[in-house]
Amino acid sequence: MLKLDLDRAAYLVFLVAAAAAPFFVYPVLAMKILCFALFACAFNLLLGFTGLLSFGHAAFLGSAAYATGYAMTRWAVTPEIGIAFGTLIATALGAVFGGLAIRRQGIYFAMITLALAQMVYFFCLQAPITGGEDGLQGVPRGALFGLIDLGNDTAMYYFVLAVFLGGFWIVHRTVHSPFGQVLKAIRENEPRALSLGYTVDRYKLLAFVLSAALSGLAGATETLVMGFATLTDVHWSTSGEVVLMTLVGGVGTMLGPVVGAIVITALQSELADKVGPWVTVIMGAIFIANVLAFRRGIIGELAARLGSRP
Amino acid sequence: MELFGVPLQALLGQLMLGLVNGSFYAVLSLGLAVIFGMLNIINFAHGALYMMGAYVAWIALTYFQLGYWESLLLAPLVVGAFGMVIERALLQWLYKLDHLYGLLLTFGIALVIEGTYRYFFGVSGQPYPVPVQLEGATNLGFMILPNYRAWVVLASTAVCLATWFLIERTRLGAYLRAGTENPRLVQAFGVNVPLMITLTYGFGVGLAAFAGVLAAPVIQVSPLMGSHLIVVVFAVVVIGGMGSILGSIATGLGLGVIEGLTKVFYPEASNTVVFVIMALVLLVRPAGLFGREK
Repeated sequence: MLKLDLDRAAYLVFLVAAAAAPFFVYPVLAMKILCFALFACAFNLLLGFTGLLSFGHAAFLGSAAYATGYAMTRWAVTPEIGIAFGTLIATALGAVFGGLAIRRQGIYFAMITLALAQMVYFFCLQAPITGGEDGLQGVPRGALFGLIDLGNDTAMYYFVLAVFLGGFWIVHRTVHSPFGQVLKAIRENEPRALSLGYTVDRYKLLAFVLSAALSGLAGATETLVMGFATLTDVHWSTSGEVVLMTLVGGVGTMLGPVVGAIVITALQSELADKVGPWVTVIMGAIFIANVLAFRRGIIGELAARLGSRP
Repeated sequence: MELFGVPLQALLGQLMLGLVNGSFYAVLSLGLAVIFGMLNIINFAHGALYMMGAYVAWIALTYFQLGYWESLLLAPLVVGAFGMVIERALLQWLYKLDHLYGLLLTFGIALVIEGTYRYFFGVSGQPYPVPVQLEGATNLGFMILPNYRAWVVLASTAVCLATWFLIERTRLGAYLRAGTENPRLVQAFGVNVPLMITLTYGFGVGLAAFAGVLAAPVIQVSPLMGSHLIVVVFAVVVIGGMGSILGSIATGLGLGVIEGLTKVFYPEASNTVVFVIMALVLLVRPAGLFGREK
């Protein structure tokens, strides 16, 4: 009972903080954090609750970012259509990549997703529609449903918050559903889940596609926030970043990826001006420290401390 | 003379370049396989250590006037020693955990190494001269063969075969294979398994540094040279499987050649052809060409 109430209280604190954030934080930074928080939650659905480490999630974030950017600039659609289109592309890509990657387990799964994502990177680098090294620039935010102008940062922020909450709710529902229980069973002991009669491959594929779709939703929204889609969105370093966020916050916890996204994104924007190229080194050092000494992550550690109390 | 509408000279030239790249794939994937066998870790830092090998050669030449041949010996030793320090200081704490943690930790190490080199050397490449003994080209009649490229293929193949011999045909290799199968039993027989693990990691990353020195005159020495290569090498490992040493040599060389041919006939796909082949292999033979499904 106490655990549940703590969860509720934590959710409430986050909701209030998120609603008040644009009055205290630079809105574009706050929106970027929300997009990455959703991205990390989607990734955590796979790593934390299904036990699959994808090292190529940038492919879904990035392909959706490009697709949305393309739809917004070339077809001049409204933002909700643009985001839906981006999410659709990422979902389709997730179905293809997931179908291939789940044929191997563990370490191979990570290498396969990384390699497949590198294909998307080269596609975006070379294809005539993605703008090569420049990416897609000057993506308009447009007016939501043709009514609400998202050019205003405050309006945009609450729209992004709504998208994030929607995505978070989907992850929460998935994890706490019978489907989510099967995913956790696969994470704990795949052969046993298989012998109990669950079609493990179909569950894994569905989790993968769902995760890809939500990552796409995050990428599509990010493009609207920033006004561009670039090669960084599809680069392997972005795939690494989402792993780091999830790890720092706490793998397999609901709020961990959110906390991780806040910490890492804020740290990066804070450090970028001050230390320049050392940011990569610092991120690497955090990775090392995390794996060696802090595997439960911030939220995981907190939960363990509070939970162990009598 | 033309073949399929392509001048034979260009075709053979690309084939040779493909073999050169394939040699790097072979040496790197072999190192990955040796390390994975003993440590159960996929060494994400392999590309960064390959880059480090090339930089040891470049620094030795620029600041200490040490030539190519000295570096070819020096770089694997320096990087191998560095690798053994990493293994003792960081990797050894992970052996009882899930394999994924090893991947994540070595990814962090790769970021630290790459970021440090980027700070000191920027992102632009540095040229490294071909050693005088291997300058020029030999006219084989049907093609002009640049001597250095021929050397790269020969040297890598020789190193790969020597590794195969060491592991499959010597007493030390027998200990190693036994340690891969059952470390506790080997330890009980009085073999110092932790030392063996450290040496294996040093040897594996030494191979990567060797490939880095070989690569230095062919491509520009840059802090970013390892990070793309490692992704391709991962794909090579998935295609070949890590079960067989000769298998990984063949897969590396073969994929290099296929990549070279793609450059001739459909250049746009040359960067992605290895990944496409990986996808096809996964569909037809998920365990990899030479792999054993566990």
